[in-house]
Amino acid sequence: MTATTTSARSELSELGRSETALRTFLHGLPGVDQVGAEQRAAQLGTRSIKTTAKAQAIDLAIRMVDLTTLEGADTPGKVRALAAKALRPDPADPSCPHVGAVCVYPAMVPYVAEVLRGSGVHLASVATAFPSGQAPLEIKLADTRAAVAAGADEIDMVINRGAFLAGRYKEVYDEIVATKEASGDAHLKVILETGELATYDNVRRASWLAMLAGGDFIKTSTGKVPVAATMPVTLVMLEAVRDFRAATGRQVGVKPAGGIKTTKDAIKYLVMVNETVGPDWLDPDWFRFGASSLLNDLLMQRTKLTTGTYSGPDYFTLD
Amino acid sequence: MFEYAPAPESRSVVDLKPSYGLFIDGTFVDPTDGGSFKSINPASEEVLAEIAEAGAQDVERAVRAARKAYDKVWGPMPGRDRAKYLYRIARLIQERSRELAVLESLDNGKPIRESRDVDLPLVAAHFFYYAGWADKLGHAGFGANPQPIGVAAQVIPWNFPLLMLAWKIAPALAAGNTVVLKPAETTPLTALLFAEICQQADLPAGVVNILTGAGDTGRALVEHADVDKVAFTGSTEVGRAIARSVAGTRKKLTLELGGKAANIVFDDAPIDQAVEGIVNGIFFNQGHVCCAGSRLLVQENVADRVLESLKRRMAQLRVGDPLDKNTDVGAINSAAQLERIRELSDAGSAEGAERWSPPCELPDRGFWFAPTIFTGVTQAHRIAREEIFGPVLSVLTFRTPAEAVEKANNTPYGLSAGIWTDKGSRILWMADRLRAGVVWANTFNKFDPTSPFGGYKESGYGREGGRHGLEGYLNV
Repeated sequence: MTATTTSARSELSELGRSETALRTFLHGLPGVDQVGAEQRAAQLGTRSIKTTAKAQAIDLAIRMVDLTTLEGADTPGKVRALAAKALRPDPADPSCPHVGAVCVYPAMVPYVAEVLRGSGVHLASVATAFPSGQAPLEIKLADTRAAVAAGADEIDMVINRGAFLAGRYKEVYDEIVATKEASGDAHLKVILETGELATYDNVRRASWLAMLAGGDFIKTSTGKVPVAATMPVTLVMLEAVRDFRAATGRQVGVKPAGGIKTTKDAIKYLVMVNETVGPDWLDPDWFRFGASSLLNDLLMQRTKLTTGTYSGPDYFTLD
Repeated sequence: MFEYAPAPESRSVVDLKPSYGLFIDGTFVDPTDGGSFKSINPASEEVLAEIAEAGAQDVERAVRAARKAYDKVWGPMPGRDRAKYLYRIARLIQERSRELAVLESLDNGKPIRESRDVDLPLVAAHFFYYAGWADKLGHAGFGANPQPIGVAAQVIPWNFPLLMLAWKIAPALAAGNTVVLKPAETTPLTALLFAEICQQADLPAGVVNILTGAGDTGRALVEHADVDKVAFTGSTEVGRAIARSVAGTRKKLTLELGGKAANIVFDDAPIDQAVEGIVNGIFFNQGHVCCAGSRLLVQENVADRVLESLKRRMAQLRVGDPLDKNTDVGAINSAAQLERIRELSDAGSAEGAERWSPPCELPDRGFWFAPTIFTGVTQAHRIAREEIFGPVLSVLTFRTPAEAVEKANNTPYGLSAGIWTDKGSRILWMADRLRAGVVWANTFNKFDPTSPFGGYKESGYGREGGRHGLEGYLNV
């Protein structure tokens, strides 16, 4: 890290001390032109990724999947099956890589932990009164601690959107700082719930706020509101992590979640990562897909590329 | 690293003939004096086809055919029937768009992504749009029953061969004129395929005539005594010569000439989108765009930041095979144009501007020029004054909005300008003061058939597109 980024970093770490400083900083970030951002995202979606490039992209995408189930109906049996799938997504093909992580509710963490232990597949748990975040801070922090204690090494928290939209940035900041502390060594992913933030300007501000407060990852969505991850939103977030690293030297990951269902979609995202932030982020440590049905489509396309024929959806496990 | 494997569009959709004649009076004919030239693929220098060169007698034949069609068929035809033909042509263009896009990229060198996603959709849209006007001319604001002019001589450039054809032919035909069109000598192929589409659409003979050839053919055409209207898109130099030759005749003239547009970035601009706009402004179509944003005026307090982002973005541009679907910047259209770009760029370096290009490997064969920016450019530099018509951007800075306006207007041209700011009032303030025919706000190089396009000063006169585009083809 250079001297300038070190000093910039310490200057930026001061921002969280005052509401005014945070507001001045966040509102001083360059705006986002909606039409232009959407146009750029659409343009990146027209790249044609074929043959060897496609095979490479599919394997990378599998390694980036946070295989997720966040349902009231989740059972120990279901999450164990999911964890087993995470380890060997395609039982018929041992060359198929394992996924990045399994993502479950805190109550399900112990069952997943048994299966994943020592495998290299991460265990993510949502916390902080996911998905609404509508609980007192102490309960959110207790939720986080419980998940970590049960074996989660990644925490997916939700920000307080009400406070953010009302302009109480320090409140949001303080909550993230407190959750980061409660997470201990676990990686903290900060869910912005971009579908509720209304504008790309807000997405950029929320991204910076989460990074300034110490988030290790910024994540688009809970998957529980109508609008989940989109290409333009992810583009704005990628630009934010790129600019944040340029300013501070610290690299932050990005996780689009919800609504990414097909290999084609996943490849569009990888192209966007490649051309916006470059190869440094083309790694499961720095980019993840929060998804459930995506994995089976990736596996089907992978089988198609290696064998030349489509095997039907019945050949892949449903979870 | 994530390397994109080659993704070439198939050439087999195009059925190229070894040679092409002239399209006169509804059929392809040999030129009277038998002259010909070759059209080559600028990305490989491979010969694509042998093209007939029209001489003075061929011009005579074509104008006579157009006159006859005007008098007997097209002029008297009710607007609703003309519309039927135009709609039919528009639909055929859509049906054959893949073929036309591949052919355009082969002959012109532009990336298939652009011919497929920009040129062809706009071409079809232009015909659809003007087809709609054909039976509504009385409502276009030129009187109750505006009349066509007669026979139009149209000469178009090589940068958007089929799109410029559409800009010329669609309004002319909608208004009831017949045309003789000369495509550029380096890019005649899509115009000839368009002639086939006219046959396929059963367009009456003589309504559209296509004469291929170079400068002499064009001169003979615009100077022909029985031509009522001349429309030209191309260089200011040729435009001047045409204006001189037409002066004193009854011919109506519209000219769409060069430009040296300023793309103005203020410190409150959405930087990431502005950078996209800068890239699109100057590297779209290899910079072979008359309204290209070839001068970047950036406010000095954000200049470093914008340039850093711009360079990072330029490093992502993929230069190479125009038929590869992932190519962003294709081939320069001709050896002559490449020579001109080189000469002006060398002048930029010699005059003290700082030159930068991203690392990029250029193919061995064909005509190529890496995307280039010059910083430290002043108003006095040739690269800030002359139209380069290539992927070369001159970067200047300004301090105040008034200075931005002064610098932007300090050019003999006045075709287009771009403004990047989050402040709506500043956009309006600037647009009022910029002497440019088109002013884009927080975007660049956006085209639509409903929107008039044309220049101030030495960028020409007359408007193309929209309701205004009909005026040049009506007796008003």
